[in-house]
Amino acid sequence: MKSFVFKRTVQMIFVLFLVSVFSFGIIHFSPGDPLAMYKQPGMHKMTVEQEEALKEELGLNGTVTDQYIGWAKKTLNGDLGTSISNRLPVKDQIFERIPATAGLMAASLVISIVCAVPLGLIAGMYNNKWQDNLISTFTYFGISIPAFWFGIVLIILFSLKLNILPSGGMRTIGVDSTWDLIKHGILPALVLSVNNTAVFVRYIRANTITQMKEEYVMTAKSKGASGTGILFYHVLKNCMLPVITLVGSRFGMFITGSFVVESVFSWPGIGQLGMSAVNNRDYPMIMGITMLSCIALLLGNFLADILYGFADPRIKQGKE
Amino acid sequence: MKKLLEVKNLRVSFHSYSGEVEAVRGVSFHVNEGESVAIVGESGCGKSVTARTVMGLTQCPPGEIKEGSEIIFDGRDITKFSEKEWQRYRGGDCAIIFQDALAALNPTLTVGHQIEEKLKLHGIKDKKEAYSETVRLLTAVGIPNPEKRYKAYPHEFSGGMRQRIMIAIAIACNPGLLIADEPTTALDVTIQADIIDLIKELVKEHNTAVIMITHDLGVVADMAERIIVMYAGKVVEEGSSEDIFYKTKHPYTRALLNSVPRLDLDEEKELEFIEGAPPDMTDPPKGCAFAGRCPYCMEICTKEEPPCYEFNEGHTAHCWKYHEYAEGLFGEVEE
Repeated sequence: MKSFVFKRTVQMIFVLFLVSVFSFGIIHFSPGDPLAMYKQPGMHKMTVEQEEALKEELGLNGTVTDQYIGWAKKTLNGDLGTSISNRLPVKDQIFERIPATAGLMAASLVISIVCAVPLGLIAGMYNNKWQDNLISTFTYFGISIPAFWFGIVLIILFSLKLNILPSGGMRTIGVDSTWDLIKHGILPALVLSVNNTAVFVRYIRANTITQMKEEYVMTAKSKGASGTGILFYHVLKNCMLPVITLVGSRFGMFITGSFVVESVFSWPGIGQLGMSAVNNRDYPMIMGITMLSCIALLLGNFLADILYGFADPRIKQGKE
Repeated sequence: MKKLLEVKNLRVSFHSYSGEVEAVRGVSFHVNEGESVAIVGESGCGKSVTARTVMGLTQCPPGEIKEGSEIIFDGRDITKFSEKEWQRYRGGDCAIIFQDALAALNPTLTVGHQIEEKLKLHGIKDKKEAYSETVRLLTAVGIPNPEKRYKAYPHEFSGGMRQRIMIAIAIACNPGLLIADEPTTALDVTIQADIIDLIKELVKEHNTAVIMITHDLGVVADMAERIIVMYAGKVVEEGSSEDIFYKTKHPYTRALLNSVPRLDLDEEKELEFIEGAPPDMTDPPKGCAFAGRCPYCMEICTKEEPPCYEFNEGHTAHCWKYHEYAEGLFGEVEE
């Protein structure tokens, strides 16, 4: 176990390094100027000296390599720099917004799993019968529907037409109740979970079909077990094992996925922060959020591997 | 003796893309209470399909049990069972041991739970009682340290031990009929005899009837009281162990016996084998299915199905050579 954790940690650090190099490069080679917002028409024009001083202060002078080294040094010391757009520390802004995004992610993950497990099992059990066809049709929709479109449709339906749910934000100003928070969160969590639910259903369905053909199912049947007994006592656990890996590998996607959803619903989370950072070419903020989603993805996979070892008795990484 | 199981004109087909595969084509046999019967034949002769159909494990579709097939167990026609009746019958009246215990056991459940599951399905609801019965079964099949091994997973056992677990599951709840589908084929030769002995011992203790499915005549020689030889979905010869081994009538049975390696014969002599391959079961031959590979084939063999000839009490063979105009085959073998 110790050597496994050590090996994986080294691997993760290496991956983080590569990701930081590539994303730093991509941001700097993409068009746009982080200082553009300081030079908008109608604003007081900066002198060359002022501009140089500003660049110096924000770490934007020198070659890309110099800038990267400067950023990396600061980051290793735990300082993610200051945002170009509002001059506040990047780290504080990100940490401030983590709870909003994490809550949304957790809610959508719960919705996905709660919906996907029974649907996937039913679809797999009734392979190619009408139950499966119905569920599969919905999953194809779920996979293909773009989040921004679905989000807007839901807003039109539930906020504008039916007027039962708020169209955006996280809280009603002046109201501080959990119910209010839930009401605001339902739509974004739902939109965020649709795609994942569909993907999970496809996986669980495929696993169920393969597992149902295994010989141990025949043994269970020969013992006199009923169809549902076999499904829940024997097949379910074997089906869920690959799903653990799947959830882990989609962990990073939740943050990137929330970029669009949080913007549509003006949810004050990391996604919204990231979206405005990209629009303003706020380099330190973009890097900070990229590194965070990268860490989330890596940790997600790492946790999935460890969990898998606990769930599947054949893989015991704990034994040495 | 009372007939426990009677199979009458069983026909099973599988529908595949290349057409209808006629796996079993009119098989009839019976098993008395407490009797050991072996069904012998090469791969694809329909012996496993017959056994699994008796167990109600044939998937329909793609399988189809043809109209007119009857399987009578203890006076009830099981082909007309409802799902509830099937569940009581499977495991309660009839149990099966599969060839590959690693695949047949659920990898994510402890063996104790897998044995207990069957006890719970057939009436033992009390937790403590189920546990002690499971431990008793583990002891009965010769698992050392049963209390500790109760919590072990299938992959933590050796091949022979896993097959013992399968046997423990099968004999739980004392079924009247035990089907052993090639129970030793996947095991080391050194363990095969142990497993056969274990089955023999347990079956004798509870007066359980056994259907032993195998392609290895050596395995059944000292276990089965009667042997049924199958070829291409049909019974070709049936008789007591002695009849089959020493008074062989059908050329296929003879060929099968000759292809068993023997230590007491001349080393120089090459092992015999049966030339050719079994017929394509999507389009079975019109006459005798073995005609194409039979050294004694006559014209009529390829045209019409051979009738059944009885030689002495319960010894029958389907072969034209025993027609009154033909000269017959094989004298009695010297013992």
